[in-house]
Amino acid sequence: MLDWGAIFGNAAIEFISPTTAAYALAALGLAVHFGYTGLLNFGQAGFMAIGAYGYALSALRFGLPIWACVLIGIGASVVFALILGIPTLRLRADYLAIVTIAAAEIVRLLFTTSEFDDFTGSASGLSAFQRDLEALNPLPDGSYGFGPWNFSDRTWFFLMIAWVVVALCALLTWMLMRSPWGRVIKGIREDEDAVRSLGKNVYSYKMQSLILGGVFGTLAGMLFVFPRAVVPSYFQPTLTFFIYAILLLGGAATILGPIVGSMVFWVLLSFFSGFVARAVAAGWFPFMTQVQAGQLRFILVGVAIILIVVFMPQGILGNKKELAFVK
Amino acid sequence: MSSDTVPSKTPEKTTGLHVGDPAPGVKKVDPILIADHVKRTFGGLTAVDVDHVEIPRNAITALIGPNGAGKTTFFNLLTGFDRPDTGTWEFDGRSLAHVPAYRVARMGLIRTFQLTKSLGLLTVMDNMKLGAKGQSGENFFRALLPFLWRGEEHANEQKAMDLLTRFKLDAKKDDYAASLSGGQRKLLEMARALMSDPTLVMLDEPMAGVNPALTQSLLDHILDLKAEGMTVLFVEHDMHMVRHIADWVIVMAEGRVVAEGDPHEVMQNPAVIDAYLGSHHDSDLGETESEHVTAMKELIDDEQ
Repeated sequence: MLDWGAIFGNAAIEFISPTTAAYALAALGLAVHFGYTGLLNFGQAGFMAIGAYGYALSALRFGLPIWACVLIGIGASVVFALILGIPTLRLRADYLAIVTIAAAEIVRLLFTTSEFDDFTGSASGLSAFQRDLEALNPLPDGSYGFGPWNFSDRTWFFLMIAWVVVALCALLTWMLMRSPWGRVIKGIREDEDAVRSLGKNVYSYKMQSLILGGVFGTLAGMLFVFPRAVVPSYFQPTLTFFIYAILLLGGAATILGPIVGSMVFWVLLSFFSGFVARAVAAGWFPFMTQVQAGQLRFILVGVAIILIVVFMPQGILGNKKELAFVK
Repeated sequence: MSSDTVPSKTPEKTTGLHVGDPAPGVKKVDPILIADHVKRTFGGLTAVDVDHVEIPRNAITALIGPNGAGKTTFFNLLTGFDRPDTGTWEFDGRSLAHVPAYRVARMGLIRTFQLTKSLGLLTVMDNMKLGAKGQSGENFFRALLPFLWRGEEHANEQKAMDLLTRFKLDAKKDDYAASLSGGQRKLLEMARALMSDPTLVMLDEPMAGVNPALTQSLLDHILDLKAEGMTVLFVEHDMHMVRHIADWVIVMAEGRVVAEGDPHEVMQNPAVIDAYLGSHHDSDLGETESEHVTAMKELIDDEQ
């Protein structure tokens, strides 16, 4: 018999895990880029890597206080956005896509190469960079919670930080998108020339959007690595694609879509992996090894996402009316 | 066709716009836009090569010419959407060379497009509000403080509502612009252009794809612009409309200005007839006549 309780319990944990929050925030960044402005950023993993390493290196190598580590991460991602945007934002949307995917790979490879091993830790990455942050943990030692949500005080602490940051960023995005600024941004998504002909500096708006979404990606990168070590292999291009999947699942031009999308994505992923692993162990799929079972979950999640995108293309929270006019 | 395009009121023509005999590049009494030696080539093709042209202020000027004459390219050059190889041009005494399109728009020179660019996924009202100039809420940081722009937003909404009522789009204000008909989108685009109180409105084929029932109100709206003190420059293929509402006509062919004059005289200019019909227009070309060649012939017949 399968241990359904454990399968569902493990899946339920993903509802609120810090990783879910980090992916939600990265997806919110892409919602600003792609959903609202129409910028095709395929390098969100690069922004996340810059945030993770920006924090970890400043803390570990320079011994800076927490706020300085965060600011350095944000500053680095603004510079990264400027480098990507200055040459490409005047061109057609596709150029940004090409440049971002390449730039994100360059970032990952720079952190992977053994050339800078003393500084970056190369492929094995950096750990124990979050000591200062842990020292601020006000929660009493131990492990507590209710139902399946039973975590150590350390996890609870990172979990709370993560969701507070997600909530603040979502609030910021909501305020921006209902303002005249957001109206210009949504106009650009549809037709830059029309917006330009009305006297708006489209290039500057696209740059602001690229920076904002990139900073969200950077903060997401920090949240993602707080409970763990920083390893360059986290920041593969597949990370960006998972985040796009989350965005489309939740609804591209929505504020809460990325958050709901991330929850659904991680719960489904955990459910499938728990189910398949236990089913293989129980001999339900005799043709499959445990290693193959580990990969199968991505196939199942992929199928689930295809079904959602085909039958619910506006995503879970998207506005169907808005999509009715898309050719 | 000709009967439905007659504006409901007889347009008052502005005359005495030029100094001396009407000829390509003739001086105007009070020009708002002056272009000198504007040249644009695409590879080996010279799309626009205008030596000198002046657009008269507070009048309706039509820019006509056969397909491929460079009218839209000239529009793009004047409004900063394209850059010429050489040339200078100024608007209201200020040079526009190397000025980006959005700055040109802020100076008060607003254009519309041949293929309507209403923003389909914004509501009609949002489209209108996007047209307003100098909104402090469009700044990233001030956008976060609604009390700074709420008053402005309210005023823009009022203004938009007045314009929408005038253009008979007020009932549609909360609909997505994508749900409007082609003609309504043209109206919306024009109304949106007016949100910024422009001094010069440049309309690229305002009548293309508009059904005859709406043509009339569009014509009236264009005449209203002049009545309100604006200058209008438009590209159009419908010769009847040009004749009815234009005060001045500039004819382009193969990138050059070949004739200028008041709409009735210019149609009889041999250079114009050549431009449209080719210099061999007496020989039989069979079925190859395009729509505006037919229109042109019709007009020449009317005039004679």
